Amino acid sequence: MGKLKTQSLQKRHSDLANTNKQLEILSGGIFADGELPTFKSKISETSQFPLTAKKLEILQVNVGYMCNQVCEHCHVDAGPDRKEIMTQETMQQILDVIKITGAHTLDLTGGAPEMNPNFRWFVEEASKIGVKDFIVRSNLTIIRANKKYYDLPDFFKKHNIHVVSSMPHWTRGKTDKQRGEGVFDMSIKALQELNARGYGMPGNDLRLDLVYNPSGAFLPGDQMAMEKDFKKALMEDFGIEFHNLFAITNLPIARFLDYLIASENYEDYMYALVEAYNPSAVANVMCTNTLSISWDGYLFDCDFNQMLELPVNSKAKHISEYNKDLLEGRNIVISQHCYGCTAGAGSSCQGVVA
Amino acid sequence: MSKTYYDPADLRKFGKITEWSEELGNKFFEYYGKVFEEGALTAREKSLIALAVAHTEQCPYCIDAYSKDGLQRGVTKEEMMEAIHVGAAIKSGATLVHGVQMMNKVNKLDG
Repeated sequence: MGKLKTQSLQKRHSDLANTNKQLEILSGGIFADGELPTFKSKISETSQFPLTAKKLEILQVNVGYMCNQVCEHCHVDAGPDRKEIMTQETMQQILDVIKITGAHTLDLTGGAPEMNPNFRWFVEEASKIGVKDFIVRSNLTIIRANKKYYDLPDFFKKHNIHVVSSMPHWTRGKTDKQRGEGVFDMSIKALQELNARGYGMPGNDLRLDLVYNPSGAFLPGDQMAMEKDFKKALMEDFGIEFHNLFAITNLPIARFLDYLIASENYEDYMYALVEAYNPSAVANVMCTNTLSISWDGYLFDCDFNQMLELPVNSKAKHISEYNKDLLEGRNIVISQHCYGCTAGAGSSCQGVVA
Repeated sequence: MSKTYYDPADLRKFGKITEWSEELGNKFFEYYGKVFEEGALTAREKSLIALAVAHTEQCPYCIDAYSKDGLQRGVTKEEMMEAIHVGAAIKSGATLVHGVQMMNKVNKLDG
């Protein structure tokens, strides 16, 4: 793989590495002077405030911010310089909770989750418990990054892992622009290897889904139309198959917020999110059935709140304190970034929601 | 009052034209929305046609709107530029084909 696309905000000592600064921007300017309504006032119009947590269905675990890529719009601000890595002790606490929650989906993310030295142990232990849908969000290039990862497709297959991978476009130029030089070619090779094991093939239970998020300051188009275009292009150009495409909106936080501000697109983007607000997407936003766990075991309503360091509004704040009664029915912590999940057909880690 | 004829922020206010003529405005937007729905042509194809026409009409609002719309639909830079060349070719062709009228006239008057 070629040079990294950028550096993490932390490494650059950017003001935005401080989450308070990000929250200040999201609450100030056009939202403070009333030019645009706050998310709270918008959902109040349809009596949907406060948003509350329903039954837990998805446990999303961020096993660390270390990544072999430094993508332009990463909301995690992940990269090779990030040293935050989940310990085996925290993983064990999560395993203990999975056994009692009845959550049907376990969703491992990062960084590159595979870079956590305890990743394989965690997958092996978690798969023994038998969750219905066991997702690993793999950036694909990790599979080809070093020979110690070459067997990942076989490892995924062995544990019936549902692989979900980012792919910003079916062309090299647009993909490498967002994710770094050489990412497209390595991703294609990784997809072909997954296909060779049966992943993504029609009728095969080994699930391979792709995540599309826009490469710039615009919202994703229609998920089904995009999926059709992706399938056609990847099949014609590389003989690649996959199951579904999830179209995900970029939320205005971390490196994407930095990009929006630097490119003078911030206000237009926030206008676009607010204009595309869809009250029917609010009912199914992922924070209402998901619990996001950080590398150090703290609990958040979603991965975005985790990155903004907005903890759950509950007495149980850490996985070691997990308590169904304390967490179910909690009020979801919101700010203006939440417009990203309610624009158009809505957006979640599983794509559209409305 | 703006001192320039075009303000990019005015595009966001397009919907406000209904305020001074509600029925006609609403009918227009209903028609507009219908036109761009998936039909015999895909919404993506329609977006590229709109981009080309936006250029031949030299409408800065439409150029902004359909450049962004194209990106949202995964249209590549190369496709966008080719679409504009189609518009440019028709524009220049439309100019040049009138050359035949000029030739006819000159031949009649001075043939």
